[in-house]
Amino acid sequence: MKRLKLFIPLLVFLLLAGFLYQALYQNPRTLPSALLNKPFPVFSLPGLGENQKTLDASLLKGEVTLVNVWATWCPSCHVEHPFLLRLAQQQGVRIVGINYKDDTQQAKQWLAKLGNPYQATVVDASGDLGIELGVYGAPETYVVDRQGVIRYKHIGVIDERVWQESLQPIVSQLQGKGGPS
Amino acid sequence: MIAEIGHFAVILAFCLSLVLAIVPLIGTLLKQELWIAMGKPLAVGQFGFLLIAFIALGYCFATDDFSVAYVAQNSNSLLPLPYKISAIWGAHEGSFLLWCLMTAGWTLAVAIFSQSLPRYLVARVLSILGLCSVGFLAFLLFTSNPFKRLLPHAPIDGRDLNPLLQDFGLIIHPPMLYMGYVGFSVVFAFAIAALLGGRLDAAWARWSRPWTTIAWSFLTVGIALGSWWAYYELGWGGWWFWDPVENASFMPWLMGTALIHSLAVTEKRGVFKSWTVFLAIATFSLSLLGAFLVRSGVLTSVHAFATDPARGVFILAFLLLVVGGSLLLYALRAPAVQSSTQFSLWSRETLLLLNNIVLTIATALILVGTLYPLLAEALSGSKLSVGPPYFNQFFPWLMVTLALLLGIGITINWKQSRMLQLFSYLRWALLGALLLGSVLSVWHTQGWLLPVWVGLVVVLWIVLSVLTDVLRKLRNQSSTWQGLRKLTLSYYGMHLGHIGFAVCILGVVLTSFYSEERDLRMAPGDQLQLSGLTFTFMGTQRVKGPNFEADQGEIKVTTLEGGHVTTLHPQKRRYEVQRSMMTEAAIDPGLTRDLYVALGEPLGDGAWAVRIHYKAFVRCIWLGALIMALGGILAVLDKRYRRRRVVVARTEQTSETAYSHA
Repeated sequence: MKRLKLFIPLLVFLLLAGFLYQALYQNPRTLPSALLNKPFPVFSLPGLGENQKTLDASLLKGEVTLVNVWATWCPSCHVEHPFLLRLAQQQGVRIVGINYKDDTQQAKQWLAKLGNPYQATVVDASGDLGIELGVYGAPETYVVDRQGVIRYKHIGVIDERVWQESLQPIVSQLQGKGGPS
Repeated sequence: MIAEIGHFAVILAFCLSLVLAIVPLIGTLLKQELWIAMGKPLAVGQFGFLLIAFIALGYCFATDDFSVAYVAQNSNSLLPLPYKISAIWGAHEGSFLLWCLMTAGWTLAVAIFSQSLPRYLVARVLSILGLCSVGFLAFLLFTSNPFKRLLPHAPIDGRDLNPLLQDFGLIIHPPMLYMGYVGFSVVFAFAIAALLGGRLDAAWARWSRPWTTIAWSFLTVGIALGSWWAYYELGWGGWWFWDPVENASFMPWLMGTALIHSLAVTEKRGVFKSWTVFLAIATFSLSLLGAFLVRSGVLTSVHAFATDPARGVFILAFLLLVVGGSLLLYALRAPAVQSSTQFSLWSRETLLLLNNIVLTIATALILVGTLYPLLAEALSGSKLSVGPPYFNQFFPWLMVTLALLLGIGITINWKQSRMLQLFSYLRWALLGALLLGSVLSVWHTQGWLLPVWVGLVVVLWIVLSVLTDVLRKLRNQSSTWQGLRKLTLSYYGMHLGHIGFAVCILGVVLTSFYSEERDLRMAPGDQLQLSGLTFTFMGTQRVKGPNFEADQGEIKVTTLEGGHVTTLHPQKRRYEVQRSMMTEAAIDPGLTRDLYVALGEPLGDGAWAVRIHYKAFVRCIWLGALIMALGGILAVLDKRYRRRRVVVARTEQTSETAYSHA
């Protein structure tokens, strides 16, 4: 019996290795096929604005939108933030934020001090919307087309390179289709 | 041409590591003295060729050879030379070359400094280190070759090093960290050699201790540098984020800390043998797991390198071989190294066991928190993420427990101690910590805070019990000076390490509760009063750096009465090649406080969003880490690790016969 106990670390490790192997192939950077080309999940959540007006999925219809999942506890979001500001201010990209599992007060301060690139920010304090979306970790960004359908998902920081290489082509293509609304 | 020489040198090093992994080990089985003696020259050759490769890559960077893909991706002709050199380890391929070079360096060090050890043992250790090198070098050659060319279409100029990495902290952070990670491979190799040889005694523990301690010291400095870098470079004053990659470095550190303590027990008392071996395996395994997490891209992080599942599969296979193999060996052979000595409940052994339990629990909880997103997805298909709140819930309390145990642990006797006597030694330290802690915690203007009180009491408890122990050692000496001189370096090292831990806790607690920050819009001439200081924004001007342009702000800091304190120049930089914006904070450092100013966004009419922090005692966090590392270095310098040479040389004959019989 005592000798068998010595095998426990090995078994735990093998189990772990199995998970890690699987994790390699559920590549988090590609959207699970279940959500690609499906409408954005239905939600009804408070906004981060002064009046905390309730926001829902109609927010995402009519214009090509980037939906950016962020939180003040996420270091990468700090890195990404200035670039989002530039996208919104200089290139006029429409960005909607999802403030994910965060302290609402801190989130407000963050936007007040660092600038607000978001047309509107949905407060997802419980993380329910995040689960529906399959949020892996902040930051994450979804490209949603005029009909409110998810067309692309990017995990991790958006910078100039990511924008030029993967996001902008999709956004331009979606904007091109159907003309201005 | 130079790049091809580098590539070829790596191939040669790989061949030598293959021979090193096989020949000396087989030599110990077949009792071939010549084969056993090959370990050292092979270690020298392996290191030499990797050094050539490393210099070759450095040469490609220094001469702007953009036909080499790695150089083109991570350098630029305008990049200042020191950053061109540090760009060698600025991304995945080159940093892994550094990793391999360091493995070879440690192997060489073992070959040189282990002359006095039994030759069979050294041969086994070198072979196991060679095996690790085989894996690392194969990974480098087959999945991450830094010498790959971009021919015939070489770019005119490179894409520049990520601006986040263009910084002094990043020049030294990775090398220190890797020295630590890879350094744990030595004690791992010692442990595996002991399992293979079936002999694990006090001498084994004594040989392993300095290697473990020095690797641990490197890792301590490496982690502290990383934290310091994040603090000033990310521009918002945070110093620890529980980021997956930070955790990946922190877990081997915690396990290494447990290992240092458990090795002490194994050496002094001959107990915990199989546990010590297990910790040695676990520490190195967690280092490798860290490499896997960073380099395979399974986790999202600011640190993550470019992702490639092929690399992940390769490292995982290597992990399976090394970790799986050693754990299997452990399960089969550990009964052979069971200890027989007894100890009572009230003894230093028990306290160090508790220390190990606390550290292991901390590591396990961090491991769960780090991998939870992966596990949750594999188990239920749902995607979740764990933030700092999870870690902050348990970690401070585990550290408080550890600190309380520490005071008793350094005072209590080996084998057996009487509780009453122990109490009489420690009552003044206990009383002093409670009283002084209470007084100091109400001192601050923010009023009494429970966590600060707990923190101060715990810090004072460590410091006072260390003092108590030193005084007790001096009690029977003729003079204090005589007594202090008689104490050994490793004794001082131990206490210094513990004081460092206390200083670190002090920094963490005070910074978390007494720091103040304001974010506000400031137009030229605007003033802010914070923590008894006046900050005046004087406006910004354009400045030009070698590869960036910046808006540089000027902020005058004065006392409330108007006395000059300092002038700070934070910058908002725009790097041309990567077209990215960087916040360069301006910091006035001090032992009791940092003044930290960063520019946010321009708000028009010369006004800026400005972030002003008053960081209380934040330097103590890194100072504490440095003191800990210094303690480790002192302990390694102790004569006791060299004195044995003569004795060992005399007994080598007998011990070698013992080995070959095992």
